[in-house]
Parts: sequence; C-alpha cells; structure tokens
Amino acid sequence: MLEKKDNNFNSPSKLNDELKSTITPAAAPSKLQMREMGPLRAMAASFGLPRLIIASFLLLMFIVAPFVGNDFWTQISNVINRFSWNAILVLAMVPMIHSGCGLNFGLPLGIISGLLGATLSIELGFTGPGSFLAAIAIATPIAIVLGGGYGWLLNRIKGGEMMIATYVGFSSVSFMCMMWLLLPYHSPTMVWGFAGKGLRTTISLEGFYSEVLANFLAIRVGENFKIPTGTLLFIALMAFLMWAFLHTKTGTAMTAVGSNPTFAKAAGVNVDRMRLLSVVISTWLGALGILVYEQGFGFIQLYNAPFYMALPTVSAILIGGASVNKASIANVVIGTFLFQGMVTMTPTVMNSVIHMDMSEVIRVIVSQGMILYALTRKTEGGGR
Amino acid sequence: MQENKSFGAKALEFIRNNIVPILFIIICAFCIPLSGFTPSYLLNEIVTRMGRNIFLILCLLIPIMAGMGLNFAMTLGAMAGEIALIFVSDWQIWGIPGVVLAMILQIPFSILLGLLCGSILNRAKGREMITSYIISFFMNGLYQLVVLFMMGSIIPIKHFSVKLPRGYGIRNTVSLLNMRQCLDNLLAVNIKGVKIPVLTFLIIGVLCLFIIWFRKTKLGQDMRAVGQDMEVARAAGINVEHTRLISIVISTVMAGFGMIIYLQNMGNIATYSSHSQIGMFCIAALLVGGASVDKASIGNVFLGVILFHTMFIVAPRAGAAITGDSMIGEYFRVFCSYGVITIALVMYETKKRRSQNRTAQELARAAAEETAKEAAK
Repeated sequence: MLEKKDNNFNSPSKLNDELKSTITPAAAPSKLQMREMGPLRAMAASFGLPRLIIASFLLLMFIVAPFVGNDFWTQISNVINRFSWNAILVLAMVPMIHSGCGLNFGLPLGIISGLLGATLSIELGFTGPGSFLAAIAIATPIAIVLGGGYGWLLNRIKGGEMMIATYVGFSSVSFMCMMWLLLPYHSPTMVWGFAGKGLRTTISLEGFYSEVLANFLAIRVGENFKIPTGTLLFIALMAFLMWAFLHTKTGTAMTAVGSNPTFAKAAGVNVDRMRLLSVVISTWLGALGILVYEQGFGFIQLYNAPFYMALPTVSAILIGGASVNKASIANVVIGTFLFQGMVTMTPTVMNSVIHMDMSEVIRVIVSQGMILYALTRKTEGGGR
Repeated sequence: MQENKSFGAKALEFIRNNIVPILFIIICAFCIPLSGFTPSYLLNEIVTRMGRNIFLILCLLIPIMAGMGLNFAMTLGAMAGEIALIFVSDWQIWGIPGVVLAMILQIPFSILLGLLCGSILNRAKGREMITSYIISFFMNGLYQLVVLFMMGSIIPIKHFSVKLPRGYGIRNTVSLLNMRQCLDNLLAVNIKGVKIPVLTFLIIGVLCLFIIWFRKTKLGQDMRAVGQDMEVARAAGINVEHTRLISIVISTVMAGFGMIIYLQNMGNIATYSSHSQIGMFCIAALLVGGASVDKASIGNVFLGVILFHTMFIVAPRAGAAITGDSMIGEYFRVFCSYGVITIALVMYETKKRRSQNRTAQELARAAAEETAKEAAK
C-alpha cells in the first residue's frame, strides 16, 4: 500500500497536480445534480439559500430606502465605507479556513497586535501618514510572534481549534485590558488626562492616520457621497496577494492540508508547518485589518472593544458563501458587502418605516444564525 | 506499572492533573490577606454565592456525562427562567408562591428550548461546544426579539413596573424585591453572623441525590455509554440521538430552576444581561473545581464554587491594594475566568490526542503481530 503511494509521487510536478486534484472546488453541487434540479433551483443551490435571502433583503432595503426618506446615495456611500473598513479583517479568515484550522474565532489576537502597533506608533511620536506605516511596521513582528505561539498551540489541539481559538481570543483581550492600564504609555493624546497614565478607551486618530488610505484619490460627489478609493485599492492589492499566494506551491500545499491532511502528509507536506504558517498570516492580516478599520473609523478602540469583533467577521465570510473548510476571495468580497450592507441599512430604513429600532436584534439573529448554519452542515472532503 | 512509580513521579502527576485548582488555591491564598476582608464577611459572601450558583453549575454535569462537553447553551434555560419570572412579576404573585409558580412555568419553555438546542447539537457532532456557544448567542437575539418587541404588543404584559413606558417591551431591570431571598430566608440559620440558607442547600442536596440516582438508571448508563463512544453505543442498540437530546433537555430545565434560585437571591432581573455571562462564569467555576470537558463530579462543583468565588470577591480589592487601581482587579478576575476555560480546554484536547495516538499505536502493534502470525503459518 505504502509503496504504491510512493510510486505515485516520484516527480515533483506530478505531486503538485495530485495535490490540486484533491482540492475540490467550493462547496457547490455537481453539474449532474444541478441538471436534475431545474434552472431556478440550481441557481439558488449554487448561490446558497441563506446568501440569496440576505441578498434579496439587502436589495429590498435599497429599493425601500428612497421611498421612506433616506437619501439613496448617502446609503450607498455608507455601505461602501463600512465595506472598506472591514474587508481586510474578513480576508484574515481565509488562510486558516484553507489550512483546515476552521473559522478563526481567535481573531482578537491579531487585533491586539494591531492595537499594540497603533498605540506604540503614536507613543513613539509618529504623525500623519507616517504613523500608519509605523503602526504596520511595529504590528508585524508582534503579530508574527503571537501568531506563531497561537499556531503552535492550535497544532497541539487539532480538532478542537474553534472553541480554543475563541477562548484564546477572549483571554488575550482580557489580559490586554490590564496591560492597557499598566504599560508605561505617556503620550498625552492617549492617556487619561487627570491620572497621566493608563490608556483611554477611545483614542482619536485626528492628526495621525485618520483616513490616510480613504483620502487617497477619494472620489467626492456633493456632500454625501464619497468613495474611499485608496482603501478599496489597498483591499484589492491584499486580496490579489492572497489569491496569488494561494496559487503558489506553498499555497496549494496549504489548501491540500485543509482538504485532506492524511493525503497531504503522505505527499510529503509538513502539515504542522503549513498550519502554523496559515495562522501567522491570519493573525497578521487581523492586525493589518484593525489598522485599516481604525483609519476609516478615525478612532482606536481599546479594552473590551475587540471582544466581539470575531463573530461579525466570521459570519460575514460565511454569508459570502464560505463554509467551515472552504473559502475564496469572492466569498470575502460578497460576504463583507452583504453583511455590512445589512448592518448599515437596517437601522436607518427600519427607523424610518416603523419607528422601532430592531436592527440590533436582526443583526444578532442573522449573523449568529449564519454561523450556526455553517457549523451544522456536514463538512465536505475528509477534513475530520 | 503504577505501583513502581516513585513518590515524586506520583506527586508530579497529581499536580499535572489538578493544575487548575492548585493554581487557584495559590491565587486565593495570595489575594485574601491583601484584600483585608474579615473572615466572617468572606465566609458569609461565599456561603451566599454557593447557595446562589451551585444549582446552576450542577446542570452542566449531565451533558458532560453524555459526552457533549461543556454546555454553553445552558443560557437557554436561564432565559426560560427569566421569561417565567417576568410573567410572574407581571401577575404580581410574590413570595414563595411566586417562586414556585415561576419554576413550574419555566418548564415548558426550557423543554422547548432544550429540544431545539439538542437537535441542533445532534447535527453538529464533534463540535458541540462551539455550536452550543453560538446557539447561546443566537437565542439571545431571539430572546431580545421576544422580550423587547413582542412582550406587551403581542404577548399580554400589563403591569407598569415591568413594561417600558412606550407600551411594549420589558424594562431593563425588573425588580423582584418582593420575592428577594424568600427561599434563602425560609429556614435560614444564623451562625456567628454567617447566614446559611438551609432551604436552598436542601434543594441543592436533593438535586445532587437526583444526579447520583440518575447515573445508575438505565438512561444514565446509556448516556455514559454514548459519552464513551457513540458508535459502540449505537451498535449496542442505544438510540444515540435520542439520549443526547434528553441530556440537553434535562440540563436546560435544570438551568431554568437554577436561574430562578439565582435571581430570587439577587433580587432583580437585569432583563437583557443577566443570562449573558451566566454560562461563562458557571463553566469557569466548574473547571476551577478540577473538572474537565469529559469528566466532572459533584465534588468539582462545590470546590469550584468556593475557589472561583473567593477569587471573585477578593480580586478587585487585592488588585487595588497592589496597583492602586481597582479596575485592574476587575479585569484580572475576568482574565482568570477566560484563562481557566482556555487552559482546561487545551489540556482536554491534548490529553484526547495523546490517548488517540496511544490507541492507534496499539492497533498498529496488534495488526503487526497478526501479520507476523500469518506469515509464520
């Protein structure tokens, strides 16, 4: 049996092909199944029913909005802006899903690295666009170290990643809650005025890197409509890099580890190293994501803010059509747009229509329902 | 093999197996003198908190027995208990009758929620914990929908002290002043300034006896079999899905009772937040007592409550004494709760993996011997 396998993998190029063949395309039904279902249902199945429902809901919102007195273009602009804040955070989910580590509920760890980068960059006296670059530069080594430790931990507990990831995230956030108070920060823009120590809960980025990306080549029409071109370009660049990485030899091997670890191991891929790499990339993207989020939002939020940042991000990529072990760049883009669209549109439209703010409740039900839906589906491929 | 081990090795293994309780004993021993509380105050607080929390924590034991891990969805039972209490306080039924009525009223709610939760968990075998964790969030959304928007508009709620002034929805806090500690005060014994809520402890005792008895019944045995190995249990003719469903329903119903005991002690319902942290604190307390994801006993519950809540009481004051900032202590105890759960989960997973490896090795050895025998023939 073993010998037979060895024969199959004697040439490296063949190995790569074999690896690729084990990676089934996204969780779509086969062509044959589609033909049996008829065109309409086939379309629904390939697009995913929950995604279809949310997309139509969003469409309905866009149609209703002008009639109930909300300015259509303001709404569109809001949705695009919110999309630009969150897309990188959602992108951070991709590597870990690919390597079979499941949904990265430990995203707060990456966010913590980003926050450390952001605060240290201001503490060290950087201002303007330079502070954004400095924040990235400082956050990177922190993310690599934390991500490395986190990846090492996840390699020891294969099979229970998601639960432990959640609690690694929570413990690190609550640990940093103490640290924000204790670390010797002195910059007057960040510490509490009267005590002279301990960071504030929200720190304004005015004069630092507030909207540095967003204002680059920004398109403004009138007062209410603004497209943050720079941020979108940056997202496109990161998405392209991710796409390119997943098509390199390392990226392919990573996907193989996620699809079928036993097979990947037999093919000579170092499973643990691939997983570690994916976790490090994920954590780093989380750090980068929060920095991009901050530059759009204009504030750094510390203390309890990162606690529940993972859940909306996870549900965004799931709404985009990813599953626990399959995700693509398209999932990220569609998912972020749909989720942020829903989050932005519902409160305004709801308030105008029925004078009742149910948006928070709807957001919770939809996003958690989406995660539940993904968790209860049988995982495709021989993941576990 | 075990007998050959030296004392040192045994001690090391004992420490490794009980690292979490030992760590907590050290933390408590360190923090108690720093906090400067008098022993009688501390004892009083701990006894109160024991009466308040033990029932809730005991409800975690049965799903663990059935191999479904820590039931983060015990919040569902807590929600059912809260809904029942909201109704009872709307009808203005107070004191012991109110508590009893709420307990009866919560049963159908929690059975319904338990069935829902159990059937979802049956579809997510192997990742019950994360799924139950998400279920608790999901149901929190539905709970808000019902309590904030449907109560008063669709579901009749009359009394002004419960309803929001806008005409529908429930107030942020519902006062239970008229049934505050009515269970605890009945038959309470006061020993040197330490109030012991005898009736509450009696109820807890009954529940403990129930759990001990339940383990010996056919259903309890089935649950343990399912917890050991689902496939083997199925081969033995046990209806695995059904057994798992029942374990979750029992847990949810018990959590409902527990929440009512908890809230009558507190004296008010924080309508939208009482339940949200309950699951986390109960699980942390159980794990502090030395339980793991697949093994927990009543002793773990009692030890856990004492250690965890001692830490909870003394941490803010101790933190303030060390750093001069009381917030540090607050954050520290939250960090401890999360940290404990993380450590316990990691230990459980590594142990599971090690034993899996060992089984795989044994199987391989057996197979090799088999082939060797074949070859010899």
